[in-house]
Amino acid sequence: MTAPVVVFAVGNPSRGDDALGPLLAARFADFLEETGREGEFEILEDFQLQVEHALDLQGRALALFVDAGTGTPAPYGFKAIRPANGYGHTTHALEPEAVLQVFRQTEGVEPPPAYVLCVRGESFELGEDLTPQATRHLEAALELMQELARGPSVGAWSRIAEKNQR
Amino acid sequence: MSYNLETAEHPERLRRVAIDPVSRVEGHGKVTLLLDEHNKVHQVRLHIVEFRGFEKFIQGRPYWEVPVMVQRLCGICPVSHHLAASKAMDIIVGAKKLTPTAEKLRRLMHYGQMLQSHALHFFHLCSPDLLFGFDSDVTRRNIVGVAAAHPEIAKQGVLLRKFGQEIIRMTAGKRVHGTGSVPGGVNKALTLAERDELLKDIYQIISWSRDAVHLIQKVHTQDPGLYNSFGIFRSNFMSLVGNDGNLDFYHGTLRARDDNGKLIFDGVDYQQYDRYIEEEVKSWSYMKFPYFKSIGKEHGWYKVGPLARVQNCDRISTPFAEHERKEFVDYAGGTPMHAPLAYHWTRMIEMLHAAEEIKELLHDDDILGTDLMVTGERQLEGVGVIEAPRGTLFHHYRVDENDMVTMANLIVSTTNNNQAMNEAVRHVARRYLHGREVTEGLLNHIEVAIRAFDPCLSCATHALGKMPLTVELVDPDGTVAHALSRG
Repeated sequence: MTAPVVVFAVGNPSRGDDALGPLLAARFADFLEETGREGEFEILEDFQLQVEHALDLQGRALALFVDAGTGTPAPYGFKAIRPANGYGHTTHALEPEAVLQVFRQTEGVEPPPAYVLCVRGESFELGEDLTPQATRHLEAALELMQELARGPSVGAWSRIAEKNQR
Repeated sequence: MSYNLETAEHPERLRRVAIDPVSRVEGHGKVTLLLDEHNKVHQVRLHIVEFRGFEKFIQGRPYWEVPVMVQRLCGICPVSHHLAASKAMDIIVGAKKLTPTAEKLRRLMHYGQMLQSHALHFFHLCSPDLLFGFDSDVTRRNIVGVAAAHPEIAKQGVLLRKFGQEIIRMTAGKRVHGTGSVPGGVNKALTLAERDELLKDIYQIISWSRDAVHLIQKVHTQDPGLYNSFGIFRSNFMSLVGNDGNLDFYHGTLRARDDNGKLIFDGVDYQQYDRYIEEEVKSWSYMKFPYFKSIGKEHGWYKVGPLARVQNCDRISTPFAEHERKEFVDYAGGTPMHAPLAYHWTRMIEMLHAAEEIKELLHDDDILGTDLMVTGERQLEGVGVIEAPRGTLFHHYRVDENDMVTMANLIVSTTNNNQAMNEAVRHVARRYLHGREVTEGLLNHIEVAIRAFDPCLSCATHALGKMPLTVELVDPDGTVAHALSRG
């Protein structure tokens, strides 16, 4: 059975702070297991977002994209997103908004409500460990994810996003 | 095969244009052009921030970790590194010949990757250029634009990609960071249920792949003035060729031809690759410039990838792809085709072959076997080579008696194409930019030429907010005279 909430954790574990996504995925999976909530969430880890991730949105009530960010607010930003054009010309990877747009175009229906948790990273070189700043940001982001897990609904997540914007 | 426009005589008097980074290309790339006051082009260089720190990343690790960890070098084709490293480590553990099941499972994994990578490139990276034109509105030139205008094509692209990813998941064990291939074989058998699941869809996949070949063939042949000449340069070319002369992405010997198709070398055991290939270092680029030793660095550079492979082999073993190869060769008129945009056509022929080969493998009883591993006499040095989606990929390792890697040398596909891509960019700059006001549409012509090679520029880091595209015109005194940005 499809879990109602899909969590995309994006990043390369061997590229410094790009590991924030995969590390958060692992810690969040532990939390879900400890609290008996595994059935409510499916965590998908990948190096980057791609077109096929649009198919992973099928049958979901909510979607959360977790990624490291550069030049973004610290310790993290959390916001609702909508399908949007663009971004596809930048690299082989897609932005979360473009994944939603691909879903809309290929499925012919609106994607589920989706949110981005963007955790601030500082350095992304091959073979590096997390920076001390990113380690602190990871803990803060994990606390937020735990809060999100306790109330997985559009209303609750939107209130948290609004609070985060202020 | 010249170096025209590589280095200007008086760069201090010229205006610099930088395209940084190159869009819709994996990783980081930058093109710089030096123009005079009349917009005449004096120097063009494609700079690539390559796989920095590879050796440091790998050296000092136990050899058995390497096939897994090298997947983290690249987020677009991790399976290529996984398999090239595994083949090198097969030599290290003395596994001269894998079991039939192990080799076929690796082939299945690799052909699944070829399918998904080629599908992604064609349907989502290049089809915007091909379907809308190089000068079209930048906001349409992406996958979302394609989906809006051609929803069925976009959906096929998504499903082709997904099918290839499913093969990788079933053979590698996981969707990413798989561990399926190990020194001496594989560690996961394919179940009957998995095989049947893949068989259910393969005929549709082959049908879509045939349609894709016909689509690009039509696009190409309807505008020969553009497609046969855009960014064209003549060069040598190289690839692995199966021991029977067939197109083979997984294993074979090295074959190289000159620009007229005449053999330079053939049947070369890739354990000896460094007797045939040398890498030149240039001060202005992180990426090396490989060339054939026998010819020398000025004329010995070459291209790799689909355009090289399809014209280097004697035949393709699967019927639909072989038919399309013959069509392509006929169109080329019996001599090698060098036009960069012909990469797209040959890439789709390869995707069709991958789909057909997957079908053959799924129908082969060996694929469900459980005899997965062999061992032999331990060696201290090994080379693994495969044909990755973008071209020939070399992994070369030395391992000490304590099982630690002491030396690693990788020549990745994009490095093999380094000089070739630079030449394509220079041709386009001469043809389209020389003496004209630089616009976003004209700059996209340069990117179209680069994208034809499908370069993978090494970066598996895709942090949000990273890599907007900016183009700056900088005066000789360093002042930004004009800037364009997108993303």
